Amino acid sequence: MKYLSEYRDGRVARALVAKIRAAASRPWVLMEVCGGQTHTIVKQGLDELLDGAVEMIHGPGCPVCVTPIEQIDRALHLAARDDVLFTSFGDMLRVPGSACDLLAIRARGGNVRIVYSPLDALELARKHPDRQVVFFAVGFETTAPANAMAVWRARELGVTNFTVLVSHVTVPPAMIALLGSPDNRVQAFLAAGHVCTVMGWTEYEPIAAKYRVPIVVTGFEPVDILEGILMAVRQLEEGRHEVENQYARSVRREGNQPAQDLVSRVFEVVDRKWRGIGEIPRSGLGLRPEFAEFDAERRFGLEGIHASESPLCHAGEVLRGRLKPVECPAFGAQCTPEMPLGAPMVSSEGACAAYYHFGRLRRPASAEV
Amino acid sequence: MSLDTLAAAGLVCPAPAPATDRVQLGHGSGGKLSATLLRQRFLPRFRNDVLAQLGDAAVVKVGREELAVSTDTFVVSPLEFPGGNIGSLAVHGTVNDLAMMGAQPLYLSAGFVLEEGLPFDVLDRVLDAMAAAVREAGVLLVTGDTKVVERGKADGIFVNTTGIGRLLPAFRPAPDRARPGDAIVISGPIGRHGIAIMAAREGLGFEAQIESDSANLFPLVDRLRGALGGAVSVLRDPTRGGVASALNEIATQSGVGIELDETALPIPGPVSAACELLGLDPLYVANEGVFLAFVPAAFADDAVEALRMHPLGRGAALIGRVVQEHPRLVVLRTEIGGTRVVDMLPGDQLPRIC
Repeated sequence: MKYLSEYRDGRVARALVAKIRAAASRPWVLMEVCGGQTHTIVKQGLDELLDGAVEMIHGPGCPVCVTPIEQIDRALHLAARDDVLFTSFGDMLRVPGSACDLLAIRARGGNVRIVYSPLDALELARKHPDRQVVFFAVGFETTAPANAMAVWRARELGVTNFTVLVSHVTVPPAMIALLGSPDNRVQAFLAAGHVCTVMGWTEYEPIAAKYRVPIVVTGFEPVDILEGILMAVRQLEEGRHEVENQYARSVRREGNQPAQDLVSRVFEVVDRKWRGIGEIPRSGLGLRPEFAEFDAERRFGLEGIHASESPLCHAGEVLRGRLKPVECPAFGAQCTPEMPLGAPMVSSEGACAAYYHFGRLRRPASAEV
Repeated sequence: MSLDTLAAAGLVCPAPAPATDRVQLGHGSGGKLSATLLRQRFLPRFRNDVLAQLGDAAVVKVGREELAVSTDTFVVSPLEFPGGNIGSLAVHGTVNDLAMMGAQPLYLSAGFVLEEGLPFDVLDRVLDAMAAAVREAGVLLVTGDTKVVERGKADGIFVNTTGIGRLLPAFRPAPDRARPGDAIVISGPIGRHGIAIMAAREGLGFEAQIESDSANLFPLVDRLRGALGGAVSVLRDPTRGGVASALNEIATQSGVGIELDETALPIPGPVSAACELLGLDPLYVANEGVFLAFVPAAFADDAVEALRMHPLGRGAALIGRVVQEHPRLVVLRTEIGGTRVVDMLPGDQLPRIC
């Protein structure tokens, strides 16, 4: 595949690893913000190749991991209703709510369908005028434009049986929350390339300046990530703290203006709870009042659903880089990929699931955890 | 409103475990949930030495003759897809299971569940493809059954086929026979069946149409037997759950470690592109026309060469090896030199958001 295979070239990647090792005078602590980057790091074993030179902390940029448990419970509630056809991206289906997940609701007769785009969900609403079609609008700035587009189109087309259950979050407030925390260990960030494709990087400039932290806008292939790490390590070594762009083939400083316009026409900035982290002010997107008729929480009266995490789950500390997954008492015991207590154990990009597999490799004697 | 409302609707599962009191779709995925379902509910009730073999087919003795028996049920949606339909698939699936035990397929039975309202032209196309596959495989369909259920109680057609085959002499591949030092060969490119089905089901229009690889593998197995004979230790067709699940099962049953080379995996460009787009891993995507062969390392090149002589085996490749380290684990050496564990999935592969 053009524009892909060259970013997976083993020789280029190994040369970059050698450069990072040569450049790093001490083990630096970097955070990759995005779950897609975590996925590549784990899938390609990059953390293992960089062991001793750079410690990668897996950041909170996995929508599956940070969608608050109340929203999952609200999704479960909707999916269980006879009149609802509940649509979602695939990997939300196994995220545990207070009592179960969407797959379990489906097994009990709930109508849950995987879609690849919110516009497919809108199409389902048009095809099934007798059903209430709800789309689970989760994710960061990357998925926000398409979700905004679905709501916009629904209003244009006068579709009245389509709503969205919104749990959008934005990256910069989470970075500020992490940096402001007294026990922060992160010394530099790889910013999420696709978030910046939409938003550009101007909002990161004040963060880099205020907290004196290098931020490198980075892509998702192994060569991208290693380049991003090298750029961040060089900044750290030279005492610089700038926003740099590794992902120049996709990201411009000002981002994608039409996408930003659409997002700000449909959504407004709201306070948002992050699973495992808590409420972060002005860190999410909610529907603007003029689109309230498309708000599933309002149409179905879900505001009253509250929930709490399993007290056994320490996902929040893992997501903030305070606790290694293996240090959690529930890890591998009460909490496994088959029976996850917290979201980071669910998907392959979740930090706990990643450690679960690597732990098995390092301790073959306990292969049958 | 709270979870009590869910409970009142009878739709909440017993806390804290995710629905453990009933069947979920993931139980049919070929992953860990499927294995648990078998281990906890089926095997204990029917325990016997033949069943305990847990191969693609059972080997039974009738008089002095050793026979292989295998059964499989097909519930594919859509019924027709690029490269085949449920009829041809139902033949290929079962004859391949026999071939993986080193048996020559001879006889088939077929049971049909038809849904009220199924158009006859669809049924005819399915039966035509099935008849053609039976002829091509050189087997006889000797008994069958049809049932019709009310509209909505089935999805068009469900088919079960059972096959009987004769074990070939001095050729006894089995899933517990992998040994450190074996080379792992795949007979062709992976991921085509699963992606073809998904593209047809979801109406995803990719630039390049991907066809299912559904095919009768016995001629290719026979070719390998001709070249290597009894040296072949394991044969396995990586259907549901893909190459990753098949290799995990073999690693567990043989008590060995498996190492894969990412760069050696034959993944067709369109499959790879579709997987990128959908957030899927081709290692877990179903195949219906390739098999994995474990052979002593000294025979690896002979095996690849023998397979490549046959049209179905042109894409054959050496993809990995059996090792003493990390028993029961499948580990992939990535293109850039890192490693990762290729685990069984808990259930179905779920497309990722980002």
